[in-house]
Amino acid sequence: MNSDAQRLIIIGNGMVGHHLVEQLIERGATERYAITVFGEERHRAYDRVHLSEYFSGCDADSLALSDVDWYTANGIELRLSESVTAINRDAGEVVTANGRTPYDRLVLATGSYPFVPPMPGSDRPGCLVYRTLDDLDAIRTAAEHASTGVVVGGGLLGLEAANALRGLNLETAVVEFAPRLMPMQVDSEGGELLREKIEALGVQVHTDRATQRIEDGVDATHRMVFQDDKILETDLIVFSAGIRPRDELARDSALEMGERGGVVIDDRCLTSDPAILAIGEVALWNNSIFGLVAPGYQMAKVAAATLLASPDQPQGESFRGADMSTKLKLLGVDVGAIGDAHGDRTPGARVFRYLDQLKQQYRKLVVSGDGRRLVGAMLVGDNGYYDTLLQYYSNGLDLPEDPASLILPSSEGAPTLGPDALPDTATICSCHNVNKGDICATLDGGAVDLGAVKGETKASTGCGGCAALLKSVVEHELESRGVEVDRSICEHFAHTRQGLYDIVRVEGIKTFSELIEKHGNPETHRLGCDICKPAVASILASCFNEPITDAAHIPLQDTNDTFLANMQKNGTYSVVPRVPGGEITPDKLVVLGRVAETYGLYTKVTGGQRIDLFGARLEDLPDIWSELLDAGFETGHAYAKSLRTVKSCVGSTWCRYGVQDSVGMAIQLEHRYKGLRSPHKLKFGVSGCTRECAEAQGKDIGVIATEHGWNLYVCGNGGMRPRHAELFATDLDDERLVQLIDRFLMFYVRTADRLQRTSVWRENLEGGLAYLKEVVIDDSLGIGEELERQMQTVVDTYQCEWANAIDDPEKLKRFRSFVNDSRPDPDIIVTEERGQLRPA
Amino acid sequence: MNTATAKTMTQTWQKLCTKADLVEYSGVAAWVETAEGPAQVALFYLPGKDPELYALDHHDPMAGANVNARGIVGDLKGEPVVASPLYKHHYRLADGQCLENPGVRLRTWAVSFKGNAVWIEA
Ligand code: SRM
Ligand SMILES: Cc1cc2nc3c(=O)[nH]c(=O)nc-3n(C[C@H](O)[C@H](O)[C@H](O)COP(=O)(O)OP(=O)(O)OC[C@H]3O[C@@H](n4cnc5c(N)ncnc54)[C@H](O)[C@@H]3O)c2cc1C
Ligand code: SF4
Ligand code: FES
Repeated sequence: MNSDAQRLIIIGNGMVGHHLVEQLIERGATERYAITVFGEERHRAYDRVHLSEYFSGCDADSLALSDVDWYTANGIELRLSESVTAINRDAGEVVTANGRTPYDRLVLATGSYPFVPPMPGSDRPGCLVYRTLDDLDAIRTAAEHASTGVVVGGGLLGLEAANALRGLNLETAVVEFAPRLMPMQVDSEGGELLREKIEALGVQVHTDRATQRIEDGVDATHRMVFQDDKILETDLIVFSAGIRPRDELARDSALEMGERGGVVIDDRCLTSDPAILAIGEVALWNNSIFGLVAPGYQMAKVAAATLLASPDQPQGESFRGADMSTKLKLLGVDVGAIGDAHGDRTPGARVFRYLDQLKQQYRKLVVSGDGRRLVGAMLVGDNGYYDTLLQYYSNGLDLPEDPASLILPSSEGAPTLGPDALPDTATICSCHNVNKGDICATLDGGAVDLGAVKGETKASTGCGGCAALLKSVVEHELESRGVEVDRSICEHFAHTRQGLYDIVRVEGIKTFSELIEKHGNPETHRLGCDICKPAVASILASCFNEPITDAAHIPLQDTNDTFLANMQKNGTYSVVPRVPGGEITPDKLVVLGRVAETYGLYTKVTGGQRIDLFGARLEDLPDIWSELLDAGFETGHAYAKSLRTVKSCVGSTWCRYGVQDSVGMAIQLEHRYKGLRSPHKLKFGVSGCTRECAEAQGKDIGVIATEHGWNLYVCGNGGMRPRHAELFATDLDDERLVQLIDRFLMFYVRTADRLQRTSVWRENLEGGLAYLKEVVIDDSLGIGEELERQMQTVVDTYQCEWANAIDDPEKLKRFRSFVNDSRPDPDIIVTEERGQLRPA
Repeated sequence: MNTATAKTMTQTWQKLCTKADLVEYSGVAAWVETAEGPAQVALFYLPGKDPELYALDHHDPMAGANVNARGIVGDLKGEPVVASPLYKHHYRLADGQCLENPGVRLRTWAVSFKGNAVWIEA
């Protein structure tokens, strides 16, 4: 910075103000300006968009947008907890409690404040808002003495606040003035669906309710009285009834203002005083305030250009408005709105609607009168359609012949818009205003992978909503440039999982250290990472089945495998003993109950027909397991990528329809495959007749009894993307059934990618089901016997991992919370709910 | 920030545990007394590497739980790291910097072997 630098003051250290500083630094503005930033909050700029994560584990530091010393390191003075109280335009100075500071150029980035509707009682203690970290602290504190909470306002932020209250264990209600939730984004049909979904989550919804006043409650702290004298009592109230620009400084210093507030700016972000700029939520452009971060970032960019313009370098960038399309997950419910979602701003617009009340999905398409252009869209329940629709909208692409196909369920064959169909002008990341052309330019300029593109364009480093689209565009563009997309498992090995598997088998390599020594990338420290280590651990186990807790293998394991239990969110573990086929004796049930009681464990019947004991402290795991082992239990591998459960129905033993002993078969299969470690978890089901009470067609392996034997189904999946299993072979006897499953599973273990369930593997398998049948049933590759032999080795070498560990003092040493002290972790705090303990 | 303030306090070397308590190429947790009160540290042991020992906060601020010692140790872009077991954030062993989040850095302590004992400066 030189001595005749101009003085630039930025008022407001929020998201947009911070982005301006980043832009200025990037453009070398510190050469020209001595920059001072005033922030009223005590925290340096943080990610307000993800504010709610403050309640789910993130602290202020992790939400911060920069390192502690970033401002200083860049020569910028950041004055936090210091608010500007006046601007003296004549003198060219701003006033704070600490005195006056002169400026040559000034930027208003003061954002907005939550609007609290004027009514008697709205200033009572316990009436709060949701905007800053301090607000959230206040809510958290107030919630400690509250059991109910109400959010006033059922818009976007209101629902987010409601979710937060729910997370604080308050019985929560939302009160909305309009006849439906999110009136800005959805219509009455969408609003109704949204209400159903949100009520199903236990949040009460009251629409058409105008609060008149708040007074002392009888059963709770406050009583809210509505227009029709209806009342609602609650301990805590959060107002989320819209935002208003923080334009008081501009108003007091007589800058031009909008009729309903906001500092008027032009395309260069200049206010009516050319020395002063305004950006972000305080700025009014073309009569609009933009309440989203992406338009604010664009203004910050333009403002930086304006501040750096000079007579010989005129300002080339301008702000031209911004798209307010949004997609969100509110209380776990997808909501998306694009363009003119209501269709009331486009004369002659035509509308398509799709409503599925069973799946609770609603989609609406607004197209131009001639049916050629998308002018708006609305989504409730499934945002999977958003990316494609947004591309049609923002790039004015020609709609398909039948536009309705864009919102029909995807099994109907909705045409997806591949990355090649997008024009260069297609916006990929709206937060950082990156289009497909920008991405191609960085690739042409030498970027070789996704990371490099992100680094250069910043795409996908804002809200993250564009990550999937960005990845597909980059991969597609790389491939079309003849660059082989690197499918190496990670930076330590230039091989796929399948490649590593073959190396391990062919060379008989039995440890990770030998593998990385011989085949690892020498440019690394050869320590491996959390991607390749568990993958190799799984391969070694599938091939040689040595106990995973042996010294050579233990550093490879994910924490769940290390401790043979599933880590929970507070660092405790869950314990799931195997209950083959779901059949359990009363004696064993008593043991489970007793163990749970002794160690204070939360008990739940799982979706896999067994019992999960939650909340075990690390140091208690060995004692818990020695009691369980004594009673004849063995590990259930709930922590492992291996066989989970074989779900069974009661079958011919009891059921009047059963044609085979489904429980017997389930138990046989569970014992056979329980020790097999695989690329991902495996689930089986065995049903005693076609009524299919065991839901076998939703499993990796499904077995359904017939009059003549068993039908085998493969590659089903529940979970995130359910897939029906496909019929593989019919009327098998017991022996042939086992033979085919042996071969099928080993072929999967050999060829699948890491963390690829059988369903995804099958979908990516060249040749599809027909090929799979050739290999497994007809043995077209001549490897059938080998696969069976390999499986038999795994079966023969099975050991219960807990039984193996419990006898080995070296292994048990690992089960200490602290190696030098037996005091338990004091941060594990539990509370009681419905008669059991759960994390506080 | 934390390391800086800690440095101004008087620091002393204290014995923490023995080599036998460590797990090769992996982590264990221990309590350590610091000027600011007791702290939970995660100790990582990489035999044959330089340095062989690292001590970082056991607390993972991104997950809000005391779990770092139970993560997988590895190296990313040439630097030894631990992947926290809950949400897989990576922390650099050398200085505690979170690779996914520039605003987050764990405290670190100097540790070394004296014979078979592990000593820490805190
Ligand atoms: C306990 C249980 C829920 C319950 O209370 O019922 C459960 C709990 C978990 N499930 Fe599940 N799933 C449970 C049955 C299911 C089922 C139902 C079933 O098996 O019939 C499904 C759908 C069926 C399926 O997998 O195809 C299911 C689909 C998932 C998925 C999604 C898998 C997918 O392919 O989409 C995950 C995530 C993953 O594995 O990556 C998951 C992951 C998890 C994890 C491991 C998440 C985690 O990493 O912490 C949970 C930990 C359990 C723990 O700490 O003990 N869980 N999970 C059920 C345990 C069954 C058992 O006895 O082992
Ligand atoms: C819970 C929540 C969720 C959100 N979710 C999304 C989302 O999903 N997507 C999206 O695009 N947007 C979202 N937003 C909106 C987004 O956060 C804002 O658009 C963005 O923060 C605006 O940035 P800004 O810098 O203009 O204002 P702010 O971030 O509010 O910053 C303004 C700063 O200026 C300070 N200030 C004000 N007056 C003075 C003064 N006189 N002196 C000194 N300092 C002053 C304020 O204290 C504040 O720190 C969300 C907002 C909230 C609250
Ligand atoms: S699947 Fe058939 S045999 Fe099994 S319980 Fe249902 S009806 Fe009975
Ligand atoms: S759209 Fe927000 S990061 Fe790309």
